[in-house]
Amino acid sequence: MPIMWRSFMPNLPVNSVHIRIDGNDVAVRPGISVAAALLTEGYRSWRTTRGQQQPRGIFCGIGACFDCLVILNGQPNVRACMTTVEPGDEIATQEGTGHV
Amino acid sequence: MTNSFDAIVVGAGVVGASCAHYLVEAGLSVAVVDRGSVAAGTTGAGEGNILVSDKEPGPELDLALLSQRLWTELIDVIGPAIELEPKGGLAVGYEQHTFDHLRAFATEQAACGVVATPVTGADLLELEPNLNPEVAGGVFYPQDMQTQPMLAAAHLIARGVRMGRITLHTNANVVAIPRDARGAVTGVETTTQTLQAPLVVNAAGTWGGEIAALAGVNVPILPRRGFILVTEPLPVIVNRKVYSAEYVANVASDDAALQTAAVVEGTHSGTILIGASRERVGFDRTLDWTVVQRLAQQALQLFPRLAQASLLRTYGGFRPYCPDHLPVIGPDARVPGLMHACGHEGAGVGLSAATGFLIAQAAIGVSPLLSLAPFAAERFDAHHVAVVHA
Repeated sequence: MPIMWRSFMPNLPVNSVHIRIDGNDVAVRPGISVAAALLTEGYRSWRTTRGQQQPRGIFCGIGACFDCLVILNGQPNVRACMTTVEPGDEIATQEGTGHV
Repeated sequence: MTNSFDAIVVGAGVVGASCAHYLVEAGLSVAVVDRGSVAAGTTGAGEGNILVSDKEPGPELDLALLSQRLWTELIDVIGPAIELEPKGGLAVGYEQHTFDHLRAFATEQAACGVVATPVTGADLLELEPNLNPEVAGGVFYPQDMQTQPMLAAAHLIARGVRMGRITLHTNANVVAIPRDARGAVTGVETTTQTLQAPLVVNAAGTWGGEIAALAGVNVPILPRRGFILVTEPLPVIVNRKVYSAEYVANVASDDAALQTAAVVEGTHSGTILIGASRERVGFDRTLDWTVVQRLAQQALQLFPRLAQASLLRTYGGFRPYCPDHLPVIGPDARVPGLMHACGHEGAGVGLSAATGFLIAQAAIGVSPLLSLAPFAAERFDAHHVAVVHA
């Protein structure tokens, strides 16, 4: 987090929510979406399409397009943009339907 | 652009699209007029059923069988884009007595040309490996098919447009159907223009009664609301169009109250569609969670594996029904130049091909492949005397 930004926003929450993304421990700010956590961690896509295995990430950002699907705590097809991170969340990138 | 055509089809749903298609095939120039966009009404609110399995012997089954044949030909004309899948239907009974009833029903249907094979035990699970093993038995109907109805309507119309034989007018609300001195229709007036044709086909679906009223005749079509649930895309766990025996009874029912019976099928895109509810609540679109819960429970009873699936959304619409549950198809004897092609209830996608075909035959004066007498609009008139054609 850039120092300048933090100095102008003294109440910005610290990265206190510990989650795992594809098995890696990361800490993110409380109250952000799963999509925001993924973007913060440098992900631009986190799912492949069912037919052509094309990469997908955030698109509409408001829950309408179902493009940003991700596996959350073992459940596939969760909309990353509509879901708030919770401590201990296991986020995994998804291939195809995400179902075996 | 000319405003004069051989025929005007009111309604750009799958029935109107099929009428336009076959009218073009018969050599006519056609204008298709819709107050909204293509497939914006009941066509866009359905599952895309092309079923013979849920029809009891009678005029509707004859229509369904003709339609089923025509759809298999249409796929060669329009191509794979409409996602037509000849996957077959499977009607199942949980209890032995419902299975027995299904088998007896299938025997009656078979006498009319329906291919129906009772299946139980290992054979049943081979057809549908994820089906609840407690099901007593089922009847497999290989003629049942499925299409994506919005694509079907769009491609049928688009083909005629590309050929220069169909002119499509969307967002054009028909406000009048003018008639000449002898009472014959002369075309339609929309909110923006007057289109002329000696033939007007009323394919307005659930709103067909309103179009008929503009021409001064009564066609009693009422809405029956139906909801469908859509799951997340899943690996293939449902091979056929699978439904419980109660569905057949509900289709033919006159009860106004909510009826639900599971109809489960996979789609090209991986989502699974779960129908089918029917209730008579007028044109009220409000989502009812009781319906969603009941449909989900009944689908789970058929396919326990669906318990792991999430729902993406629901959609619903209005199935246009007539008091006797038969559609209205053919020339209106009361108004020269007016034909009806509406009131197909929940079977419009399946019946659309035969409907369009018969309308085109009537338009060029060819003797229809099926008698149109059972589908005549005048059958609802108080003093109507049924004419039985030899």
